[in-house]
Amino acid sequence: MNTLLNKKKEPIDKLAAASGRSLGGEAIRRMLRSPVAITGGIITGLFLIVAIFAPLLEPKDPDVHYLGDQIRPNFIPGAQSGFPLGVDDFGRDFLSRLIAGAQQTLIVGVLATIVGVLIGVIIGGLAGAFGGWVDTVLMRLVDVMLSFPSLLLAISIAALFAQPSQWTVILAVSMIGVPIFARLLRGSMLSQRDADHVLAARSLGVKRGAIVFRHMLPNSLGPVIVQATLTLATSILEAAALSFLGLGDPDPSRAEWGLMLGKASHQFLDVRPELAYYPAIAIIIVALGFTLVGESLREALDPKNRR
Amino acid sequence: MQQLRLTRTRRVALIGLAGALAVSLSACAESKREEGAGGGTGGTMIFGAAGNPKMFDPAFNDEGETFRITRQIYDTLIQNKPGTADLEPSLAEKWESSNEGKTWTFTLKSGVKFSDGTPMDATAVCFNFNRWYNMKGAAAQSQMIYYGDVFEGFAKNEGDASGDPVYKSCEAKDPATAVLNLNKAKGAFPAAFTLPSFSIQSPTALKQFNADTVTQSGDSFTYSEYANKHPVGTGPFKFESWDQAKGEITLVRNDNSPSPAKLDKLIFKVIPDENARKQALKAGDINGYDYPSPADYGLLRNDGEQVLIRPSFNVLYLGINQANNPKLKDVKVRQALAYGINREQFVKSKLAEGSEVATEFVPKVISGYTDDVTKYPYDVNKAKQLLQEAGATGLTLKFYYPTEVSRPYMPNPADTFTAISEDLKKIGVNIEAHAEPWNGGYKDDVQKAGKQDLHLLGWTGDYNDAGNFVGTFFGRKKAEFGFDNPQLFSALGAADASPAGDAHAKAYQEVNKQIMDYLPAIPIAYPTPAIVVGPKVKGLVASPLTDERFNTVTVS
Amino acid sequence: MLRFLVRRLLQAIPTLFILSILVFAWLRSLPGGPAAALLGDKATPEKIANLNHVLGLDQPIFVQYFGFLGRALTGDFGNSLVSTQPVMGEIVTFLPATIELGMTAMIIAIVIGIPAGYLSARYRGGPVDNVVIVLSLIGVAVPVFFLGYMMQDILAAPLGLPSQGRQAAGLDATAITNFAILDGIMTSEWDAVWDAIKHLILPACALATIPLAVITRITRASVLDVLNEDFIRTANSKGLTQQVVRTRHVLRNGLLPVVTTIGLQTGALLGGAVLTERVFNFRGLGFLLAEGIERRDYPRLQALLLFGAVVYVLVNMLVDISYGIIDPRVRVR
Repeated sequence: MNTLLNKKKEPIDKLAAASGRSLGGEAIRRMLRSPVAITGGIITGLFLIVAIFAPLLEPKDPDVHYLGDQIRPNFIPGAQSGFPLGVDDFGRDFLSRLIAGAQQTLIVGVLATIVGVLIGVIIGGLAGAFGGWVDTVLMRLVDVMLSFPSLLLAISIAALFAQPSQWTVILAVSMIGVPIFARLLRGSMLSQRDADHVLAARSLGVKRGAIVFRHMLPNSLGPVIVQATLTLATSILEAAALSFLGLGDPDPSRAEWGLMLGKASHQFLDVRPELAYYPAIAIIIVALGFTLVGESLREALDPKNRR
Repeated sequence: MQQLRLTRTRRVALIGLAGALAVSLSACAESKREEGAGGGTGGTMIFGAAGNPKMFDPAFNDEGETFRITRQIYDTLIQNKPGTADLEPSLAEKWESSNEGKTWTFTLKSGVKFSDGTPMDATAVCFNFNRWYNMKGAAAQSQMIYYGDVFEGFAKNEGDASGDPVYKSCEAKDPATAVLNLNKAKGAFPAAFTLPSFSIQSPTALKQFNADTVTQSGDSFTYSEYANKHPVGTGPFKFESWDQAKGEITLVRNDNSPSPAKLDKLIFKVIPDENARKQALKAGDINGYDYPSPADYGLLRNDGEQVLIRPSFNVLYLGINQANNPKLKDVKVRQALAYGINREQFVKSKLAEGSEVATEFVPKVISGYTDDVTKYPYDVNKAKQLLQEAGATGLTLKFYYPTEVSRPYMPNPADTFTAISEDLKKIGVNIEAHAEPWNGGYKDDVQKAGKQDLHLLGWTGDYNDAGNFVGTFFGRKKAEFGFDNPQLFSALGAADASPAGDAHAKAYQEVNKQIMDYLPAIPIAYPTPAIVVGPKVKGLVASPLTDERFNTVTVS
Repeated sequence: MLRFLVRRLLQAIPTLFILSILVFAWLRSLPGGPAAALLGDKATPEKIANLNHVLGLDQPIFVQYFGFLGRALTGDFGNSLVSTQPVMGEIVTFLPATIELGMTAMIIAIVIGIPAGYLSARYRGGPVDNVVIVLSLIGVAVPVFFLGYMMQDILAAPLGLPSQGRQAAGLDATAITNFAILDGIMTSEWDAVWDAIKHLILPACALATIPLAVITRITRASVLDVLNEDFIRTANSKGLTQQVVRTRHVLRNGLLPVVTTIGLQTGALLGGAVLTERVFNFRGLGFLLAEGIERRDYPRLQALLLFGAVVYVLVNMLVDISYGIIDPRVRVR
């Protein structure tokens, strides 16, 4: 078989193998000692708070064209009292839009990841639970997906929709995660098939469905969460790339970091570059935060690092 | 190693190194690199174009990037005076109509030759008219958008095309006199003779390189060798090469031209990204480019570049479809929408310098424009009051706007939508937004299916005739606007039939007043695109019709 | 080896076949159709409908598909709607630019990434290690197109580098293979070579960031793994010099996963190239694709997607072969 693919799969499979053991407590302890994990945790925590409570934190209504009459093609008012970060190209309060954008960005990132997890888990779960030809066919499909450059895959899918929308972006971005989660889950299920707790349940006469849902799936959750954290960071970045290529959500009133960055870097770099810098910095920091958390989780769960 | 250099034309034909070596021996005579202003007088100009041309036979074309180039290669019978939409002689020194506009007699400039040395005379002119009229094949006919618009039908219509031909015959009375006979008079003449699609091309070259062959290739077309490699006309430049890899179209001076160029060489460099065009000009890589972003005008000027603003020949409008929502049949509601849109602020904040608020559906430079129409200045209270009177408070409208498109009349549809819908919300109208890709069915939904209540669209004029604007929009019952106003239709028909000149203009002024009272749609703005050239470029005149001819240009 | 290759090729055929049906059917189901993209502004819906009819788009879809497939098998993917030139010809013309850009980016990533990863592992926990880790983490978190714009705005002018394009406009350089540098060398047009190199630097650096970050991290991890292996301890205890241990044992064994990563990242570069080439107006396949997306040039998108799939299969095979050369154990299979 394809050794290149096998190599791409390796870390995923390694992660899968780590499941099914009780590592929780030790992992958390180890993470609390790591500055990387703490930094990531703080960034992610702050981002989540801002995103979830965005409507309460916005100093102004992000949709009102407050300074609309001052806008000129070559002039956008900068920071001033009442508008600490200035306004955007319609005179809307930029700070409020950045905060609102945190929520939209989180929604796109999280939904894309969830859709990816769901489809991936269904494929991987089916393959792992049934084995045989189901496994062969599904894994062949996953290999094809895995073999395509992720951004190109997202671009292809987004370009195929007649009408771009927030949903097409979410769906396109989610496809990046599907093959990864599918392999992850399959590996994890396979490694558990002969594990003691599954054998015990089986000998007690527990039905196959119940074993899969009550025992095998919950035990695979750890590695899925790790991978989901990493995928979230990629999702945010790829959504921004789609926006830049004009394949993003076309709703011009939506405050989403990728859209804001895409538009500002096309149009306002010379007029008011902050309009590109702020969302860019926000994206970088948040993507970094999720990566840090994901990486340190992965490291913490890696049995090799156990002492 | 100088011998290894080849001219680009030959290079295109090369497949391998072996071929290159073989040809280089015969080509070493012409193999010299141009350094600045070479042997000629005006130097070399490199111009950043915004898109790919399709090919170089304007008869089969209907978009600006191709015309930009063919305008340098060919001449038309009549042309637009530089910087205006007024007519002036080109290949025809004189033209006159008789027989109630059904006969047009052109007196041609004598002694004009095509760049291949063959004579440009009445026979050649009639050859061109006959070529268009007798064009065979559905593939070829379906591409001739302008011919279909103006002359309505072919000798034998193919595909789904229908329409009775306006063209009847063309006689070459003597080498300097061509007489064109039509089946009916049209208000579009004589202005329509300036259309680049009606450029006069060399009959010899057309025949030699099978210009009429248009074949289907997958979902697109393959054009003839003529259209791709051997276009021949009387324009100031002649075609040298088209380098796909670099995106460069190279033209050289045509010494046979009646309007010879000062430049030795004119290169069009295709740079689709506006920011990249700006970077290229800043770096001195190109000498000018089209469609600078309005945000950059100031910066460009500070750098010493010349930003030339074209007089507007565009109109952007907010379409209203009366068919789906009965409230929109009430003129008060339409007036309320007009009063409720802050067009002044939109034009100032979002459109380029030189753009103006539109008061009617024809721009100012068109004959037929009048200042004496009902105007709808921004007035929120009046708008709310009108809605109340009409019993249309809490109105919800489906607002369609296109994505993935930028046009001279509609530089940024999403921004336009945002500005207008925000205004409409303020007068209590609820907006249901529908964005659709331009090439993904927007026109179908808006112009054919009429799914919308409101929509954004506009028009760039082709020639100086008000009918080209208002006649196109409101001349008949259309799904786009969903109204039936026989009075307006007949007024437009009468204006189109009125003879060219003052009477024509007068008739259209009356129609424009009528339109602005009935308000079938809301004119928003006369946007205007600019063209920018470097400090060393002289003699380029910005044209309202984007009809810039580079024959007067020099680069020092 | 040959049988292995043939089998791999045969395996790819059904995948490509299914992909071609999916792409074709999906594109056909979209509203608008190619006529809207082919015609300019003045086209009325009636004229668009007429053109779609002329193009045979009202025929049953399977008739259209077999027509497409028949032509595609002979290498004819139809003409682009944007340029009206054969799409296959466009791909051949634009491919060298992307290869040039991708290779330069990969060289940058390898030349910087492997030493950085190695040093980081050797001085684990030290300041060098920390800096490398932080930079490599940020490297994957920066949107590539934004980085490109920043380079254009901030770096181009001070460094005297061109901020856009692949060659200076109007440069009279001979094109033979369309590899700008190679052509320049073959014809001894040294100014053209220098011009091409200058135009490559910024886009290649922008494109290199992600593979650079990934290669650095993988090298670090892999070298750390090897340092913990028994045979290193054995080598050290045998009294071999540090020099020998590092080059013969650590680097050689540590590089295996890196080679794989390089292969994977080469594929991923195609995605990044779309963004980079768009920002830098670098006329390669990514530029072609971005323009095709913007103008909804379906024939071009269709051909590029299928072409991408074919190339990916081939690249995978190449990497497998090279892997076999480096690691004799793989050959056994």
